[in-house]
Amino acid sequence: MRWGGLLFAGLLAAAAGAGTVPDDVAAGKALYLNTCGGCHSVDTNRIGPRHRNVVGRAVASIPGYDYSSALKKLGGVWTPARLDQWLSGTQKMAPGSKMYLELDDPTKRRLIIAYLRSVSASAMPEHSRMASQPRH
Amino acid sequence: MNEPKGDRRKFLARAGIATLGVGTASLFAGTAMSATTVRPSDVGVIQTALALEHEGIAAYRIAGKSGLLSPGTLKLALVFMGHHQAHRDSLAKLVATAGGKPAEPKTDSQYIAELKLGSLKSEADVVALATMLERGAASAYFGQITALKDPGLAKLFASISADEAIHWTTLNNAAGTPIPTAAYVFG
Repeated sequence: MRWGGLLFAGLLAAAAGAGTVPDDVAAGKALYLNTCGGCHSVDTNRIGPRHRNVVGRAVASIPGYDYSSALKKLGGVWTPARLDQWLSGTQKMAPGSKMYLELDDPTKRRLIIAYLRSVSASAMPEHSRMASQPRH
Repeated sequence: MNEPKGDRRKFLARAGIATLGVGTASLFAGTAMSATTVRPSDVGVIQTALALEHEGIAAYRIAGKSGLLSPGTLKLALVFMGHHQAHRDSLAKLVATAGGKPAEPKTDSQYIAELKLGSLKSEADVVALATMLERGAASAYFGQITALKDPGLAKLFASISADEAIHWTTLNNAAGTPIPTAAYVFG
């Protein structure tokens, strides 16, 4: 009975921790290194542009990176929703852009974007954003 | 499966011998592919892959000259660099066959800055960087296959991805890092 209670408490704690923002960021970082790391780094331009502060940044706006004309034409700002659209279909969103890798899995996209938010100063962490919303 | 970090040099020396045959296979795959016609829509994908190969070649070449690598590790790095050069040649030939201008490599100073090669202080640092790059490269090739219109080109990308996966596995084991327990390591 005592062991059963401890097990139940442990399961509750695990359930509460699952899917929290820090977990998403850690999982997203691992996915980012695996999936994006062939071409991108957080702090330096490589085959693709650097990702530090990508959330909230104007599209095709890093000085010195040779963007495709397709991405230059796209305009706007990278928001989490827009990044999700981009990762869902880069060539659908900006035909002729240099990136061809797409992610069909919405969970993988969510986790990678959670990581990109974590390395972006202008992207308020999700838990802070929720806390700052007015309560009714 | 994993050897202690102290045995890294022996492991890499043995692995260097074992992987020599893979480069030959990938070279043949590229040679066979170069005879086919490339669809214009696939040229952009090839150019991105070519840029990736240029980066890999530069990383091994610059790290190889750094003096940080032991003879066994250097030998293996040169084998891996040879694979990347074979990939580069196959991809560049395909772009040229399609009437395009193959993507050119950047300067060494650009690669040193972009990959932070100046911060590498030990053989372990070099192995860690190469491991990260090879894993990303394997995933990049695998992840772009669905964007290709030509099945023959898709086969070439799968073949190159397998080469990169071998590089990653060799380096990962040399570093003493456990193989991921979950399947579908590259996505």
